[in-house]
Amino acid sequence: MDNKNKEVIDAIEAPIYLKYKFTAGLAPARFLSQLKQGVLTGQRCPKCDNVYVPPRGSCPACGVATEEEVVLGDKATVQSFTIVSIPIPGNPIQPPYIVANLVPDGANISFIHLMSECVNEEVRIGQRVTAIWKPREEWDFAMDNIRYFKPLDEPDVPAELIGHLSVNGTEN
Amino acid sequence: MGELAAVVGIGQTKYASRRGDVSIAGLVREAAQNALEDADLSFKDIDAVVIGKAPDMFEGIVMPEIYLTDALGANGKPMLRVHTAGSVGGSTALVAASHVQSGTFKRVLTVTFEKQSESNAMWALSTPQPFSVHLNAGAGGYFAPIIREYIRRSNAPSDIGIKVAVKDRLHGARNPLSHLNLPNISHQEVEDSMMLWDPIRFLEACPSSDGACAMIIANKDLVSESPKPPAWILGGAMRSEPTIYAGRDEVNPRAGRDCAKDVYAQAGISDPRRQFDCAEIYVPFSWYEPMWLENLGFADQGEGWRLTLDGATSLDEGGDIPWNCSGGVLSSNPIGASGMIRFAEAARQVRGDADQHQVKDARLALGHAYGGGAQFFSMWVVGANKP
Amino acid sequence: MNIDICIVAFSQSACVAQAGAANEVELIMPQLEAVYGQVGISNAQDVDFVCSGSCDYLQGAAFAFVAGVDALGAVPPIQESHVEMDAAWALYEAVLKIRMGHAESALVYGFSKSSPGELPVVLSQQLDPYYLAPQWIDSISLAALQARLMLDKGIIKASDMAAVVASSRRCAMDNDKAQLAGQFSISDLLEEPEYVSPLRKADCSPISDGASAMIICTRSKAEEWQVPFVRLSGIDHRIETHNLGMRDLTTSHSTRLVAEALSIHNSSLDIAELYAPFSHQQIILEQALELQAETEINPSGGVLAGNLMMASGLSRVGEVFNRIVAGEAERGLAHATSGPCLQHNLLAILESV
Repeated sequence: MDNKNKEVIDAIEAPIYLKYKFTAGLAPARFLSQLKQGVLTGQRCPKCDNVYVPPRGSCPACGVATEEEVVLGDKATVQSFTIVSIPIPGNPIQPPYIVANLVPDGANISFIHLMSECVNEEVRIGQRVTAIWKPREEWDFAMDNIRYFKPLDEPDVPAELIGHLSVNGTEN
Repeated sequence: MGELAAVVGIGQTKYASRRGDVSIAGLVREAAQNALEDADLSFKDIDAVVIGKAPDMFEGIVMPEIYLTDALGANGKPMLRVHTAGSVGGSTALVAASHVQSGTFKRVLTVTFEKQSESNAMWALSTPQPFSVHLNAGAGGYFAPIIREYIRRSNAPSDIGIKVAVKDRLHGARNPLSHLNLPNISHQEVEDSMMLWDPIRFLEACPSSDGACAMIIANKDLVSESPKPPAWILGGAMRSEPTIYAGRDEVNPRAGRDCAKDVYAQAGISDPRRQFDCAEIYVPFSWYEPMWLENLGFADQGEGWRLTLDGATSLDEGGDIPWNCSGGVLSSNPIGASGMIRFAEAARQVRGDADQHQVKDARLALGHAYGGGAQFFSMWVVGANKP
Repeated sequence: MNIDICIVAFSQSACVAQAGAANEVELIMPQLEAVYGQVGISNAQDVDFVCSGSCDYLQGAAFAFVAGVDALGAVPPIQESHVEMDAAWALYEAVLKIRMGHAESALVYGFSKSSPGELPVVLSQQLDPYYLAPQWIDSISLAALQARLMLDKGIIKASDMAAVVASSRRCAMDNDKAQLAGQFSISDLLEEPEYVSPLRKADCSPISDGASAMIICTRSKAEEWQVPFVRLSGIDHRIETHNLGMRDLTTSHSTRLVAEALSIHNSSLDIAELYAPFSHQQIILEQALELQAETEINPSGGVLAGNLMMASGLSRVGEVFNRIVAGEAERGLAHATSGPCLQHNLLAILESV
C-alpha cells in the first residue's frame, strides 16, 4: 500500500447542539421586568443592608434571601475598568472598547457594562457616568436596554467612597 | 491531620497548544503512566482514582470521568471527580490526599487535564445566555480591572507585569515540558506585544494548552516502595468566598489570605519568604505575582512588586524566593491541570527532581491554585523532611 | 478511621417537573434553611466543611456550582469543595474530610434543574466522545437495551418491571415530595404502550427539579448539638468499564464489589433505598445486593417517583436517615448511581444508635 500520499486525519469536527429553555430566577425576573420599563433596581439584604444589583435572590455574604426592591438612579461611578482590544465572540462591538465595573448610585456592588462617548485614555477610577438607554420601543427583558454609560461632568468620587453613595449620589 | 502521606510519583505530559497525537483518554493515560513509572508502580498498585478538570464545556463531554475510567485503570475501583473552577487542580490533589490521610486508602492516583484544542474555552466561558450583557471577552476582561485597581493602590511601576512575564518565560525555557519555549524573550518584546485587556498585554497572559498532570499519593508505610525521595504533605487547605459581595476586596481576597494562614499553621510556617525555598503559584496574568506575594504574606501590603523588581522571585537572578521555576501558568496552561502542576512542581523541587529548573537544596515549597473570580483557593505545603 | 460519623439533618424539596423561574440559589436556600433549623445552627459558618454535587450541563451554563456558593453566606470564607457528580459523592468527600480530622461537621447538598434541557439527550454527551457521543445515544435507549437483554435472557418478565413501578407509585402516596404516586395494578401498567421498547414511560424515572441537603458530623458533635442522629457506619463506591460491550449489563458488577467491601451480603437490613432510574435496574440492584425478603425496598417510592439528577443519590441516604430517626427502621442501605446502565455505584449503611 502506498501511504505516502494519504492525508493523515487526526481530528474531525463533531459539533454539539443542545437546546435549553433558560430561566432567569425569581429575583432576576423581577429585575428584568423593571428594566423593560426603563428602571434599574436592586435588592436590599435584610441582614447587612447592602443593595445588590443585579439581584440574584440572595445576599452572597449573609446567605439569606433578598426581597426588598430598591429603585436605583441612572448615575454610577467607575470602580475599575479595562480597555479591551480583542473582539467579544458573537458581539458586534468593535475593539478597542471599555468594559467597566460600575456601581450605580444607591447600590453597594458593581456590575459590568460598556462605556462609550468617552476618550478611552481619559477613563479613570472614580469617574462619574450615566446610563444611555436604547429608544423606548427597543426595551426588552435585557440588561442591554442600557446601551452603555457615558462620562458626566461631575467631580470624581474618592476611591474609599465608591460603593457607598446614596441613590441621590450623595455620601451615605 | 490524620495519616501522614507523601507524593511518591509525578507524571506530566508535554504541554502544547494542540496535542493532536493523542485522544483525551490518551492524554490522561500518558500523565498517569508517567507518574506510575516515576513511582515504580503499576495500575494494580492503585486503590482509588481522583480526577479533576475545569468545566465540562471546555471539551464538551458531560462528566468525562465516566468515559475515562478505562484509560485510568479505575475499573473496579472508587473514582471521584472534583470540579472547583480554576483551583480544581489544587483541590483535586487535596481530595486525593484526603483519601490517604483519612486512612481509607493506602495509595491513590490523581489526574487532572484539559484538552482546550478540542473545544473553545473562551466560548464555554461566555455562552450567550439571555438577559445578561455579554461583555466578558474571556477571563482577561474580568481580571484586568482588578489589576488596574492593584496598580492604583500600590503605586507599582507600570512595567512590573512585564518583568514577571519575562521571568516566568525564562524559567519555562528551562523546562522541556513547557508549552511556550522563549529563551530569548525580552522586556521590549513583551512591552511591544498587543495590549489585549489594558493593562494586560498578549505576552502578559497565559497561553491556552492541552495537557495533563498526575501524581501518586501514598501512605507513609508505602513510601519506601517507590525509589525516589518522597515529598511529604505537611499541610493542605481550601477556602471559598462568593464571586461578588458588598465590600469584597477583589485585589487581596480574604479567601486567599485565610487559606494561606490555615496551611501555614499546619506546616509551621510563620515567615513564608524566609522559610520556603521556592513556591509554585497560580499566576495566569503577570500582575498576579506581586498581588499574590502580598496575599500570601511574602510581602507587606503594597510591597509585593518590590520583590519582583529586585529579582527575589527569579531563578536566573539568584533570588532568595524563586516563584514558578517551572515557568508557571504563563508558560503552560491546561486549565484543569494548571493547579495540580503547581502542586506537583512544588513536590518535584523538594524531591530534588526538577532538573534544569531545580532550586538548589530546596526542602520546603508551597503549591497554590485559585479559580473563579479569584474566590476559590487551594494550597499545600510539601517538604523533603519527614515530620 | 475510628471516628464515628453521624447524620444529623436532611431535607429535600418536592420533586417537580418544572421549578418555574426559580434559579439554583433559590432552589438550594430553602433546603439549607431546613437543615440548619433541624440542627439549630444559623448558616454554613457553623459547620467546618461544605461540599456540593451538580452538573453544569443540566442547566447549560458553565460553573453552575459557583452560583450555589451565593446561598451559603461564605463571608468570612469557608472550606468548600464541589464534585461534578451526584451529591452522594460529595457526602463521600465530606466523610473523608471528617475521618482525616480536618472537620467535625459538614454540610452536603445537591441541586438539580434538569427541566431547561432534554436530560436524556444531554446525558448522551457523557459517553465516549469519539465513538458513542456523536451517535447521540440517549440514556433511555441504553437502559432499554439493558432491559431487552434481561427480558430475552429470561431474567425478568415485563410484569416484574411493572411490579416495581406499582410498588413505587404505591409507596410514593405516603411521600409528599413525590412527583408520581398512585394505586396502579400490574395489568393497568402493562396496558400502557411501549415508549422506548421494551420500556414503558412508567419504567423510566421522571425528570425533576429540586435540591436536597444534609448535615453530617462526628458523634461527639451530634451529642453536643443534642439532636437525633443516625450512624453512617459505612460508605464506599466502585466504577466499572465504560465499554458497554465488555459489561454483562444484566448484572451490576461494581455494586457487588461495594457490597462485598462493606459486608452487606447476608447482613440484616430493614430498608434499602436504591437509585434505580429504570424499573429493571431496581431488580439488577436487588440481585447484586442479594437483598433478603424482609428488606423493604424504596419505601419513599424511589426515583421512579421523582428523580433529582445530581441530588437523588444524596436523597436516598436522606430517606434512610428519615426512617431510622422516625423509628421505622434500625439499619438501612442507601445506593447511588452514575453513568449509563449503572456504571458507577455507591453504597452507604446507616444504623440507629
